[in-house]
Amino acid sequence: MSIFRGRRILAGAMTLVAAAAMTACGSKTTDEGGATGVTADVSGDTVKVGLLNSLSGTMAISEVTVRDSIMLAVEEINAAGGVLGKKIQPVGEDGASDWPTFAEKAEKLISEDRVAAVFGCWTSASRKAVKPVFEKNKALLFYPVQYEGLEQSPYIFYTGATTNQQIVPGLDYLKSQGAKSVYLVGSDYVFPRTANKIIKAYATANGMTVLGEDYAPLGSTEFGTIVNKVKSSGADAVFNTLNGDSNVAFFKEYKSAGLSAAAMPVVSVSIAEEEVKGIGTQYLEGQLTAWNYYQTTPGAANSKFVAAYKAKYGADKPTSDPMEAAYVGVHLWKAMVEKAGTFDVEKVRSASDGITFDAPEGLVTVDGKTQHIAKTARIGKIGADGLITEVWNSGKPVAPDPYLKTYPWASGLS
Amino acid sequence: MTAVTPAPPSTAVRPAPAGAAPPGRPAGRSRLRTLAGFAFGAALLFAVAPLVLSDFRLALLAKYLCVAMVAVGIGIAWGRGGMLTLGQGVFFGLGGYAMAMHLKLADAGPGGMPDFMQLYGQLDELPLWWRPFASPWFALPATVLLPMAVAFGLGSLVFRRRVRGAYFAILSQALAAAMVILLIGQQGTTGGTNGLTDIKGFFGYDLDDPVNQRMVYFIIAGTLLALLALTRQLIHSRYGELLVAVRDGEERVRFLGYDPASVKLVAYVVAAGMAGLAGALFVPAVGIISPALIGIVPSIEFVIGVAVGGRATLLGPVLGAVAVAWARTALSERFPGTWTYLQGLLFVVVVAFLPGGLASLWALARRRDVAAQPLRRGRLSLGRRRAERTEVPAA
Repeated sequence: MSIFRGRRILAGAMTLVAAAAMTACGSKTTDEGGATGVTADVSGDTVKVGLLNSLSGTMAISEVTVRDSIMLAVEEINAAGGVLGKKIQPVGEDGASDWPTFAEKAEKLISEDRVAAVFGCWTSASRKAVKPVFEKNKALLFYPVQYEGLEQSPYIFYTGATTNQQIVPGLDYLKSQGAKSVYLVGSDYVFPRTANKIIKAYATANGMTVLGEDYAPLGSTEFGTIVNKVKSSGADAVFNTLNGDSNVAFFKEYKSAGLSAAAMPVVSVSIAEEEVKGIGTQYLEGQLTAWNYYQTTPGAANSKFVAAYKAKYGADKPTSDPMEAAYVGVHLWKAMVEKAGTFDVEKVRSASDGITFDAPEGLVTVDGKTQHIAKTARIGKIGADGLITEVWNSGKPVAPDPYLKTYPWASGLS
Repeated sequence: MTAVTPAPPSTAVRPAPAGAAPPGRPAGRSRLRTLAGFAFGAALLFAVAPLVLSDFRLALLAKYLCVAMVAVGIGIAWGRGGMLTLGQGVFFGLGGYAMAMHLKLADAGPGGMPDFMQLYGQLDELPLWWRPFASPWFALPATVLLPMAVAFGLGSLVFRRRVRGAYFAILSQALAAAMVILLIGQQGTTGGTNGLTDIKGFFGYDLDDPVNQRMVYFIIAGTLLALLALTRQLIHSRYGELLVAVRDGEERVRFLGYDPASVKLVAYVVAAGMAGLAGALFVPAVGIISPALIGIVPSIEFVIGVAVGGRATLLGPVLGAVAVAWARTALSERFPGTWTYLQGLLFVVVVAFLPGGLASLWALARRRDVAAQPLRRGRLSLGRRRAERTEVPAA
């Protein structure tokens, strides 16, 4: 009997504790203001920044190169005296190719390490996972990868291309080459599915036909059926949004089915120099890519970047668009902080508009309104040596338009 | 069949040896000890942890405790029932998505739509199957009942047909893979790989506020303790005995006139309900539910936690789940480049040297203690025999 009473007392006590916890509740969603941000710790003579990339898991192969290039930028800035007289102290975390882990590590970097800014993330899913964390803490993320657009967080700077700086120029190029029909192949996740929605809207408005649309699960290596469908469709070109290993299987199958760059070119948006190495140039020679930067892009800034990267990480290491965008992000952050004269996030944000940097890809300018940057669009052709040479560029930097508001055909998209 | 003959039911009073269900009613002393254990756990979770840990660490603990809830369920289904379920992520996901759908709709306000639907789906109005989740009276029970219903449907098909062992494990895993493919394919209405994220409020409370995060933690800690109490009652009941008997000798139980399929079904459905509840509480604590959390890999990680902790004990799954999740965080923070190797090493060491899991440390220590007292040797041999019984691999 006494035992039962004991349990009842315990249950009562637990209810009381829970009730006490409930009544001590904080603000409601309807309250004004809400949570205040965490301020970065800049009291010492160093300033911490967070590096958030996948060092393990499927994305590691790509994201490690981005980490390397961020480290290069940090070293360059430190060698030149740091930011506002403070040396940058990088704090690295592993996102482990797992989107909720990205959110956990972002929170740790902001609230435990109290970093002034975070550089990293690759996949859209990881960005979507950390976005609420940065918005809640009012902290800054510099995101270095081309993505599907339709986003504009006040606490993220997007240094990669949005759709009108990569996909739309890619389509324009195909159209100028006389392509009347395309076939869409992509990995099954948010970026390809959203990109293909945009491509279909573009095609409808520009008299192109989309002859088919196929998705393979991330990491899939079974492309026999898809390539057969592509072949029998007789499309003028293929728009490829596959990611990672799937590209290897796809291009091998493509070649063995007798398809070639001359007969049916493939425009890829996720194959950069690093991936070309992995897939094999014999399968890729002559195929097209759409980016904003290639290792071969002319200019003194790029020669310096490529030389510095190879000196640090090895002569056989190529440089690629996401790496360049990550490198640019660190330098842009430094310029913003110095213009603002403080590490305070809100002041850095309002100082961002019009900041320019002589980047390896050419002059880039930050658009303070969208927090994207104006970048030159470039179409390249993959050569036998694994490098990509430019066959067309937009001539001048293209202003970012993440919601495609200036394109009438895209009015139904957002 | 390597199963050891199940001990005959007896009403003899003896302390519960670790890892086995004592038949009949547990002795008063054991009950008192359990009560003390619960009080200690409650003090740790409700008083010590909130005082010692920062907001960030407390939020992490809340996340670990959600994983521990799934582990308690696996402890019942696998540890007690011998059903190696490699697809608990499905039930975790069903609960999580049900809760997240309700919270997203609540954020959007009456008549509103979640942000991602306009972006990816270009939908003009809410899909039909989303609508009921606008009501908390539907969504909250659904977080538990939906997973239980799915488990019931699958379980009644599978157990009647006497599918077990590796076949059952493969089937449960295939279910997890199928669910992920379904969610990713329906990007317009499920958020695809992104999942449901950016959840702002929890029944009117702003989740950005640390005070409210603390409240969510208290709810989770309280729920976990309640589930543990429930589980203890279950495994000490007549049904609990029957479940262990089915695990150790399903055919024998059938010959005795019981229906092993129903016995297993109950354990599987209870485990699914616990996973669903865990998923539902995970959403306000972490702010995201996505296919990455419910597929094959996370489903296996749930099981690893249980194996590390000791699957056949009450506390083992909880300890294991929290220890594995904590080790993952701690190792990856300290060694961002090499932590995966260290984690793998840890699993190998535990499985190789502590096959009974972390919980068997306690039993080992006690056995040594008991061995020092020659007069009580009789109990020692009994304890050892029953401890061995719990290590019988699932048939």
